[in-house]
Amino acid sequence: MTRVLARIAMSKTIAEINEKIKKGEAVVVTAEEVINLAKKKGVSRAAEEIDVVTTGTFGPMCSSGAFLNTGHSKPRIKLGGGKVYLNDVPVYTGIAAVDLFIGATAIPDDDPRNKFYPGDFNYGGGHVIEELVAGKDIRLTATAYGTDCYPRKKLETLINIRDINEAVLFNMRNAYQNYNVAVNFSDKMLYTYMGVLKPNLGNANYSTAGQLSPLFNDPCYKTIGVGTKIFLGGGIGYVAWHGTQHNPAVLRGDNSVPRRGAGTLAVIGDLKQMKPEWLVGTSMLGYGCTITVGIGVPIPVLCEEILRYSMVTDAGILAPIVDYSEAYPQGKPDILGEVSYAELKSGRIKVQGKNVPTASLSSYPKAIEIANILKRWIEKGEFLLTEPVAPLPGAESGIIFKPLKERPI
Amino acid sequence: MDVSRRIVLRFPSGITGLPVVYRLVKDFGLTFNILKASVSPGEEGLLVMELSGEQANYDRGMQYLTDTGVEIQSISQDVIRDESRCTHCGACITMCPTEAFSLEPKTREVLFDHNKCVVCGLCVKACPPRAMALRF
Repeated sequence: MTRVLARIAMSKTIAEINEKIKKGEAVVVTAEEVINLAKKKGVSRAAEEIDVVTTGTFGPMCSSGAFLNTGHSKPRIKLGGGKVYLNDVPVYTGIAAVDLFIGATAIPDDDPRNKFYPGDFNYGGGHVIEELVAGKDIRLTATAYGTDCYPRKKLETLINIRDINEAVLFNMRNAYQNYNVAVNFSDKMLYTYMGVLKPNLGNANYSTAGQLSPLFNDPCYKTIGVGTKIFLGGGIGYVAWHGTQHNPAVLRGDNSVPRRGAGTLAVIGDLKQMKPEWLVGTSMLGYGCTITVGIGVPIPVLCEEILRYSMVTDAGILAPIVDYSEAYPQGKPDILGEVSYAELKSGRIKVQGKNVPTASLSSYPKAIEIANILKRWIEKGEFLLTEPVAPLPGAESGIIFKPLKERPI
Repeated sequence: MDVSRRIVLRFPSGITGLPVVYRLVKDFGLTFNILKASVSPGEEGLLVMELSGEQANYDRGMQYLTDTGVEIQSISQDVIRDESRCTHCGACITMCPTEAFSLEPKTREVLFDHNKCVVCGLCVKACPPRAMALRF
């Protein structure tokens, strides 16, 4: 990380900020509060006075799941390579004997899916994770092939997060740095992961916390890196890596903020200390199951430049408007224009001359709550910042977000 | 002027024996269409129905029901929101044909106005955390 940080003239270090946090003297503000505060005080004075800016986001994040280690039964059973269900939701077993992975979008084998269109998708992996975190008993049913060392072939039992050895939330792609605004140009209702889209530009759905969102406040990943300690699902987690589809080299505004979907985070944390209100099983009509995840990232104000980034407002963030009846499903790059989050939050935007009502899939009130919880943790000295151990790839990394190249077998 | 309303009637356990609907028809000239009924002798009863007639008679019928101890609820109260599941994302806002949902401009919390709700149910399945439910 020093490689990245060395480029900027530092006025503070993370170690110094942590000393202040331990003494209960750190000045912490949310990414919403910092906007007016820094304007009033002036950037240089604000950068000196403010130590940490807290961010937050609470939206559906499909690339989420949990690794569980159930402990060994007597006699032993090799769940690895077998078939295992948690509350009838299939889990991934292609790892060691009693390690499992439950993914947020998994659904029961007998779910009718979209056979009765649009499917309800009332219960899936995300809901199992929510119930697990809530301390509810979960039904585990398993069949295995049996080996000399793992003779058992069947297992049916209740499990509880309190009793199993490990439960680790590991989300491969969360906290997208920007995202499409979804509209529907066709004359049919569309059921998408961006919600229900009414025909003929009937609505426009977006999903972001905007000016509160973690990566919008550190658009060039100058402080957020591998190892950054974060608020995750109501507990503590860490940035594990850059997320899948991390795409830093997209078009950016003068304020360095990406104007397209860009950076993402892979995050990890002990599920046992998380809370169900911040990991909510979610159903997207006609699309599938997922989980709504709460994430908050603290940004250490090491210098004026970092503070200036954190002052980003909804008016300064642009998102592309994409037609989900044609451009998105067909993988075409066309966009219908750009719109700022301030315009989106006004409740109506103009798309090709038409007045279109807007709705969000990401909760702004919950994002504020997350930023405030994280702020309180830091103010009370309960949460110290970490020095990243490696940077996230930036615009200079040469990363290109590739489509799948299909080849005949 | 004629009116037609969908209402929920709740009967305390003591009065489930009264011929309430008969009285509404006979004494006030109202017509009815029962949508759902759950009445067991000696227990609390529930009746969901559409009631039509002249406004003055309708009002007198309602007065009669109130006097007998029946609890009357406008049916709009029967799409309900589970406050513990609502995440205030806002996905419901553009789904509702009668604009029963709105954003509180300062906190951006989603407000639900029962009086504007016509119980179409569009919000129920469009709600990602499934916080909305139809209750009959």
